[in-house]
Amino acid sequence: MARIIVVTSGKGGVGKTTTSAAIAMGLAKKGHKTVVIDFDVGLRNLDLILGCERRVVYDFINVINGEASINQALIRDKNCNQLYILPASQTRDKDALTQEGVGKVLEELSKEFDYIVCDSPAGIEKGANLALYFADDAFVVTNPEISSVRDSDRMLGILSSKSRRAERNEEPIKEYLLLTRYDSDRVKSGEMLGLDDVQEILSLELLGIIPESKSVLSASNAGIPVILNEKSEAGQAYADVVARYLGEKLPHRFIDGKQGFLRRLFGGRK
Amino acid sequence: MLNTSPVLEFKSSTFFAPILILFKNDIAAIELALQEKVNLAPEFFKDSPLIIDLRELNKQNLDLDFIQIAGVLRNIGFFPVGIRGGNEQQNKQASSLFIPIDTAREQTNAGTTGEAQKPENTKPALSQPETTVIKELINPASAPPIYAAATLVTQPIRSGQRIYATGDLIIMSQVSAGAEIMAEGNIHVYNTLRGRALAGVHGNTDARIFCFDLQAELISIAGDYKTSEDLNKQIYKKPVQIYLQNHALIIKEIA
Repeated sequence: MARIIVVTSGKGGVGKTTTSAAIAMGLAKKGHKTVVIDFDVGLRNLDLILGCERRVVYDFINVINGEASINQALIRDKNCNQLYILPASQTRDKDALTQEGVGKVLEELSKEFDYIVCDSPAGIEKGANLALYFADDAFVVTNPEISSVRDSDRMLGILSSKSRRAERNEEPIKEYLLLTRYDSDRVKSGEMLGLDDVQEILSLELLGIIPESKSVLSASNAGIPVILNEKSEAGQAYADVVARYLGEKLPHRFIDGKQGFLRRLFGGRK
Repeated sequence: MLNTSPVLEFKSSTFFAPILILFKNDIAAIELALQEKVNLAPEFFKDSPLIIDLRELNKQNLDLDFIQIAGVLRNIGFFPVGIRGGNEQQNKQASSLFIPIDTAREQTNAGTTGEAQKPENTKPALSQPETTVIKELINPASAPPIYAAATLVTQPIRSGQRIYATGDLIIMSQVSAGAEIMAEGNIHVYNTLRGRALAGVHGNTDARIFCFDLQAELISIAGDYKTSEDLNKQIYKKPVQIYLQNHALIIKEIA
């Protein structure tokens, strides 16, 4: 049985798709057979971030409607043969998603894969609700600013009340926080919320802080998930996230900004 | 938890039980009418607990042998578990059958806090209890619920969530901004309160709000409210209790 992860936030533009691509790649790189599904029907982006947009033939909606088999629609990643992508349909809208259809596809994928990463669309409407409904774990992607925190908080309420686990009174979805686009200089100058401010409201298990980094944009444009860029801080941060999710105990980095040369030489903090 | 297994534990809880209000003392007619009801939904009534209300009868000075009616009810399949509004004789009969006597007055509307003042003359003339001890013992199990049980929430209340409690509401986690918690009774938040809290929503002016860390968007008791803008800075982020006094919300720091 696969573990189903939803990457969600409520707010748009905080880095859900970047995160989905990065962690799916990270899990696959660690040898886990992983599929990442784009739930943003009508606003298909995940295929671009993963650089497979020119190989899309069938999509998620085709599979739900029985117009294609799952294997026809799955795209195998160029960089890692353990990673598959199930792209969204660009010509349809969220109404094409049905709970029954999504459930069937996930059930079938569960047989073959170790991890299913669901890239949720923004908002709290049908697409987002269906992306989280079947989840076992939730990565709540939040930017250090007040509206993103509020929307994440709202999303956490939905996770705890509208998921399948909640409806069946099962163990609740495990929720993790991913603080993205974190700029420690702006935090210090008081322009941006700090980790403590965010945690005061959300109080979740922190899976990682992804520093604001130019490498994210260039990775997106190149269609190579940023986690593959080992020199980039964002890439390293995502690698840490995956390792922590898989149970490794790693100290959190990037809270206080770039580490000085000497500190790095002598092992830094902790 | 199971290291020292206790022999017993007392818990306060509320049960719902149907109340059978009798208007006539014709036992045969009662039996017939009940049997008809039971036939409609035999499973529903099977072994159902029942509280017998004799106030209407006693208002009309119609006498009824309690032992007899209890026997009839058992025959039909009910379990009489309480009597209310009975006269002295009927209460004695109930006691002899080990059936508890409810002495609660008709409209006990006072909140669960504060000393509710109950003037002598509001007591019904009938059947003042000579057995207060029994009253204490039976109250949780067999008396009709006057106050609903408290609702306990241990999960955080997130933005956009609403919680409604028919009695008191006790929350152990934080209440986020944009969340709404409502209770007909009191509200206790043993954490940060950032959302809206409305106590005594059915007009109970004795209801209170208690919280560890007041950062609420709005607080209201029985319809009188304040928004965060009206909150005094001195009590912001402080542990407080909030209550009504002459239609004014009083917010006091809990020292």
